[in-house]
Amino acid sequence: MTEDEFAAYQSLAEETEDHRWAFGTGFTDPLEGIDPSVPDSIDAAALAAYCLMLGDDALIYSHRLQQWMTRLPELEEETALANIALDLLGQARMLLARAGQAEAAAGGTGRGEDQLAFFRDEHEFRNVRLAEHADADFAELTGRLLVFSAWRLALCTRLAGSADPVLAAIAAKSARELAYHRDYAAQWVVRLGDGTPLSHGKMQAALDAIWPLAGELFEPDPVTARLPEVAVDPADLRGEVDDVLGTVLAAATLDRPQAAPMARVAGGSGRDGVHTEPFGYLLAELQSLARAHPDATW
Amino acid sequence: MSDFSAEGGHGAVPVSDVPVRPESAHVRADWPLYEVFLRGKRGLNHVHVGSLHAADPQMALRHARDLYTRRNEGVSIWVVAAADITASSPDEKDPFFAPSGDKVYRHPTFYEIPDDVPHM
Amino acid sequence: MTAVPEATELQAHFDQTLEHSRRIEPRDWVPDKYRATMIRQIAQHAHSEIIGMQPEGNWITRAPSLRRKAILIAKVQDEAGHGMYLYSAAETLGADRADLTEKLISGRQKYSSIFNYPTLSYADVGVIGWLVDGAAICNQVPLCRSSYGPYARAMVRICKEESFHQRQGYELLLTMMRGTDAQRQMVQDATNRFWWPSLMMFGPPDDASPNTAQSMAWGIKRHTNDELRQRFVDMTVPQADKLGVTLPDPELAWNDERGHYDFGAVDWDEFKAVVSGNGPCNAQRIARRQAAHEDGAWVREAALAHAAKAPAVHSAEEHAR
Repeated sequence: MTEDEFAAYQSLAEETEDHRWAFGTGFTDPLEGIDPSVPDSIDAAALAAYCLMLGDDALIYSHRLQQWMTRLPELEEETALANIALDLLGQARMLLARAGQAEAAAGGTGRGEDQLAFFRDEHEFRNVRLAEHADADFAELTGRLLVFSAWRLALCTRLAGSADPVLAAIAAKSARELAYHRDYAAQWVVRLGDGTPLSHGKMQAALDAIWPLAGELFEPDPVTARLPEVAVDPADLRGEVDDVLGTVLAAATLDRPQAAPMARVAGGSGRDGVHTEPFGYLLAELQSLARAHPDATW
Repeated sequence: MSDFSAEGGHGAVPVSDVPVRPESAHVRADWPLYEVFLRGKRGLNHVHVGSLHAADPQMALRHARDLYTRRNEGVSIWVVAAADITASSPDEKDPFFAPSGDKVYRHPTFYEIPDDVPHM
Repeated sequence: MTAVPEATELQAHFDQTLEHSRRIEPRDWVPDKYRATMIRQIAQHAHSEIIGMQPEGNWITRAPSLRRKAILIAKVQDEAGHGMYLYSAAETLGADRADLTEKLISGRQKYSSIFNYPTLSYADVGVIGWLVDGAAICNQVPLCRSSYGPYARAMVRICKEESFHQRQGYELLLTMMRGTDAQRQMVQDATNRFWWPSLMMFGPPDDASPNTAQSMAWGIKRHTNDELRQRFVDMTVPQADKLGVTLPDPELAWNDERGHYDFGAVDWDEFKAVVSGNGPCNAQRIARRQAAHEDGAWVREAALAHAAKAPAVHSAEEHAR
């Protein structure tokens, strides 16, 4: 076998870095050249809390997608879902790291990504309850992903103009990935909604099941209020998300569900650290090994 | 115990008593086959890299990007339904194919296997 | 298919292509037995990649650091990709992926015996990278020179990715061996459980097999099982020394005369049991694959039904982006 015979093929097989796909799309560090110090004008403690909110959304969502690996309807979906799970995990890692930096700037410990992911308790996680929902089937998987990624894309698109330069850079990179996630989910919702009568029924039922969790995405929270020019008001996102969902549902021949938002508990929901019953089991799975060896390096 | 070959990639797999002939009765209309062509960043031409299954061309593009480029956004991708490709290669002499202008590969639906022929 | 007048010419063309170490391509005539042998080898290799996702995927959600989690997701994703590259290569020979999947699920086509063992600790993830991928590399590098073009090309891509995985696994073990006592014990325990099954991956001694001779003549098989197994042992023993783990074989010793390591007898009864379906995880592995395939049928059908609908529907889809 001569070198020539493989030359054209190998030029494709050559890549820039071996570990590229372990860290999401793109081959460059989005934070390269950006000053990591927290600008004085920003409430550092609030920034830490805000980054935890967005980081936890991604971390917990990625966990639910990881649970689907080796169970998907087709091998091509395995690579697609693994990509999305990796992207979200990458976003979580960057956001948790930023939370730790902001924590330190506010005079706190400045915890690292693993300390935050594995050693906080349930009530300290700030993800929306939509992120922790366990999908009953592929229709819920794609329907929930559509809602989540449409919302998060709208959020990150605006967040790319944040007064915190690190958050802005993370958001810009995330937006490119989320556009792909939203597109993937939308195509599937349309295929299933306008596929067979069976898939239509399952897709409608899936949306009905997920809809109560969507309301929380647009509710105001006190942390955002402490971060003008830095954070994005969730209420601002409703219009765009409604438009996207409306278009997709129409193409999918699906009805927009009417379900009321899931009730709060003692006035609290995900952003307040008040989660659903399955969340405890999710964290147990996520954290048990790390907690069993608290002093170990892996 | 039938023979085993180490060269099953990840290790010993049997080499005899393993059926390979597609059972024509069971070959369903699953997602059709698409061929994938990539132009890498440094290349000048699209190169054929393999194939995948997809329900439609848009899905094929998405899957090609996931599977063959590991999400490298800079790569140009073409996907073509295998059934739409017309091929000619005079040096490949399989009489199964017309000498000029025929399919790229045999497809299992081309097999005409009588019901009473046992599997290999 | 009987092309009697041209048979000798076709056979001669096939023989000459192999003699000159050129590649056979999809539209070449090949003897039926060559076609069947290639499909069998490629398909079972593909099945191994797909089933192999399960023992490793078992530790993704519990990975003890976010970096390790990302690496493991990427690895399992790669395995799905490898399976798909290989199914594609098999299809160029006239196989059908859905048909191959059914043969896997029904147990008529097999996958590598190593994946019928459970992964019981996080150290297993590292040991699989080190030993199992290490053994796979011994098998796979020669396959890059397989006589069948599409298979050889798939193998080039796979080998490149596989060597990355082996390094990642070994690096995890190095980290653990330099860590806590509990981590070191974990690595030793995992090694004790996976060493002999790794040797079994190469299959029983086969120099006398008629299949071996034919496969070697066709450029499908390039080394005997024993040759590959010996190469693996010679490569791995120094790696174990560097890690500081003990390989569970008291007869393992360097033999100056032979220039190789001597090692103990492999328990071929265990291998036979595992390969015929009585390993610790066989039922579980197939059940998972079967469930995914069957539970997903409505999804695959819906996608086809949608694709078959009028173009007007697709343009509405465009607006959704």
